[in-house]
Amino acid sequence: MSTSQATKNCITLKGSATIIVEYLKYGINSILFQRGIYPAENFDSTQQYGLTILMSKDPKITSFLQNVLTQTEEWLAKNMINKISMVITNAHTKEVLECWDFKMQAEVGDGETGDPTKLTSSKELSRIQNEIRDVMRQISATVSYLPLLDCICTFDVMIHTLQNTEIPAQWDETGAVFIQNAQAVQLRSFSTGLHKVDTVVNYKMSS
Amino acid sequence: MSQFNFVSDLQNALIKDGETCGPAPRWKKKLEASLNGSVNTTRSVLSVSYNTSFSGVQPPVKTPGKSTDTKAKKSTTTPTKTPGGGDRFIPNRAATNFELAHFLQVNKDTAEKSDEENEGKNSGNDNNVQASAHKGERQKLISEVAQIGDNKGGRILCYQNKAPAAPETHTNPLKVVYALKTPISTKSGSRYIPTTPERILDAPDFINDYYLNLMDWSGDNIVAVALGSCVYLWNAASGNIEQLSEYEEGDYVCSLSWIQEGQILAIGNSSGAVELWDCSKVKRLRVMDGHSARVGSLVWNSFLVSSGSRDGSIVHHDVRARNHKVGTLNGHTLEVCGLKWSPDFKYLASGGNDNLVNVWSLAGNGVGTATEPLHKFNEHQAAVRALAWCPWQPTTLASGGGTADRCIKFWNVCNGTLIKSVDSKSQVCSLLFSRHYKELISAHGFANNQLTIWKYPTMIKQADLTGHTSRVLQMAMSPDGSTVISAGADETLRLWNCFAPDPLASKKVANVSSNAKKSVFRQSIR
Repeated sequence: MSTSQATKNCITLKGSATIIVEYLKYGINSILFQRGIYPAENFDSTQQYGLTILMSKDPKITSFLQNVLTQTEEWLAKNMINKISMVITNAHTKEVLECWDFKMQAEVGDGETGDPTKLTSSKELSRIQNEIRDVMRQISATVSYLPLLDCICTFDVMIHTLQNTEIPAQWDETGAVFIQNAQAVQLRSFSTGLHKVDTVVNYKMSS
Repeated sequence: MSQFNFVSDLQNALIKDGETCGPAPRWKKKLEASLNGSVNTTRSVLSVSYNTSFSGVQPPVKTPGKSTDTKAKKSTTTPTKTPGGGDRFIPNRAATNFELAHFLQVNKDTAEKSDEENEGKNSGNDNNVQASAHKGERQKLISEVAQIGDNKGGRILCYQNKAPAAPETHTNPLKVVYALKTPISTKSGSRYIPTTPERILDAPDFINDYYLNLMDWSGDNIVAVALGSCVYLWNAASGNIEQLSEYEEGDYVCSLSWIQEGQILAIGNSSGAVELWDCSKVKRLRVMDGHSARVGSLVWNSFLVSSGSRDGSIVHHDVRARNHKVGTLNGHTLEVCGLKWSPDFKYLASGGNDNLVNVWSLAGNGVGTATEPLHKFNEHQAAVRALAWCPWQPTTLASGGGTADRCIKFWNVCNGTLIKSVDSKSQVCSLLFSRHYKELISAHGFANNQLTIWKYPTMIKQADLTGHTSRVLQMAMSPDGSTVISAGADETLRLWNCFAPDPLASKKVANVSSNAKKSVFRQSIR
């Protein structure tokens, strides 16, 4: 009995959160590189999802992402996140130029158990990763139609959580961002069986 | 008669279909479903898309049916910005939540109506006030739907220690894709390069000094050259020669530089002053001091002249201001003999007799306030006089060393790394990048006194242009980028037509355009 359990492919809520956070890590780094926000020299290439992805090696950026994503994973595992927004702003004028939304939708997975914390999904990891790869490819392709970010930029990650979420130390509550004259394009979605992730890019139309 | 029956039948069918019989649209079903359940829960379950194209500022529209229509139109327009006609992207309609938007609109509207009816019965005066209150609520509702409705009642959290902004000197590398045309490298690698000079001019008394810059070619097609104590202007179009100025015995010209556009020539002399001359009127405009020794290098950046001197300093002069000295850069201990601004005017490269190449950053703190160079490259083993910026990669700098070094080195000034180093086997006196080809030309001294054309970035030798009988001191490029003039210590100036645009390539372009015209013509006939 136990062996059959072990061989069965099964993703828990925690595992699903790990997969999504991994996607966010590679996705955000890829956006930083593809949109030319930081100098290309500060990136190293790695292989992931069968793609070459450029990861920032700036210690400040990596530690920022590490901190944010660790907390994100914790919340995701408790299904407390509606949406994660990566906001790209002009460093001087603070104007929001672009907003990448990663929307989280809880799913029931196999739905075998009534306890929401013990949900599992039997979706194969390779299938999930293939879906993620397709999204990552689309992120790279966005360069062809997104407007040029012709200024010094910075980025921030905003996490849209439930109302009852405790604010941890070193975290702040902020307001929503608003892009003037915006256009939204939805990319592909992927699902771990427990979370469905939609990726949407909102950008400022150049006049 | 039967045909009339048929017609009336048909009409009936059409009418029926239009009004009652057709299947209920999806939003209607959804509306019914949501009405059955509790309204509040449906709202929170449905995720409202963050599509700000129908923004909260939009005034509320009176007819709900119409308003959803216009929204749908607005939000589904494909992004028009497709630079270079790239991939066509069809936005996903799932991003715009029509059902919810419609539901909220319709729901609100019916509530409003019934309210208004009640109010109307009770008191006519209150009606207006009530209506405006409703308007306000509705505005709020629309703005919620439009943007932040997603997180209704939720919190938006962010980490306190923000990610850093990109460095000030950073430019988006994608800019190249949007704007700049990079020269196409020739396919075969073997294009015809004439190896004999097109023209040879006599240049008596040309000073054979490695540390001076005695020739420049202006945008108006005039070559300025200093011969001994005189400055001559040679009009490359007409061939006219004009003498600009003559110095007294013992004084001589050390550097010449044309303003980017126009007829203003800056002359650095042996007493450490920088003179500005208006060449159309043959008149000296002003003299700017600032150095204790001769000025061997000059470079313009719009209204700014930067001069490098034997005293090791670089001074920025604002030619418009009374107090012209706006900044001093002290990065060299010996004579500064090479000065070049990057094509985007963000970096100034300086080379000196102390074997250093310094790169100064302009961005952020303004001209001349930098006390330390952004990068100090000390890899050269001899004086650096030859400096050139790559026109299609604005952060790539090429530098060439003197007799003891003989290397051409390429630097990435973004991160300060050495990209490539090539031993040219002869002292490097001057470097120029071509604008038409991905090539550069270098001027050399002993043993062959040649000009060498290299392919960049492979650095394969394309051609040697020989002819000078003594070292080549200076090179300048014509305004159209096709011709290079070289000044040798053998007291000759030679013009080389080595970067003439490929006639075949221009023919091809012409062919393509004529073909395109034909096909359009054919289409119109069909």
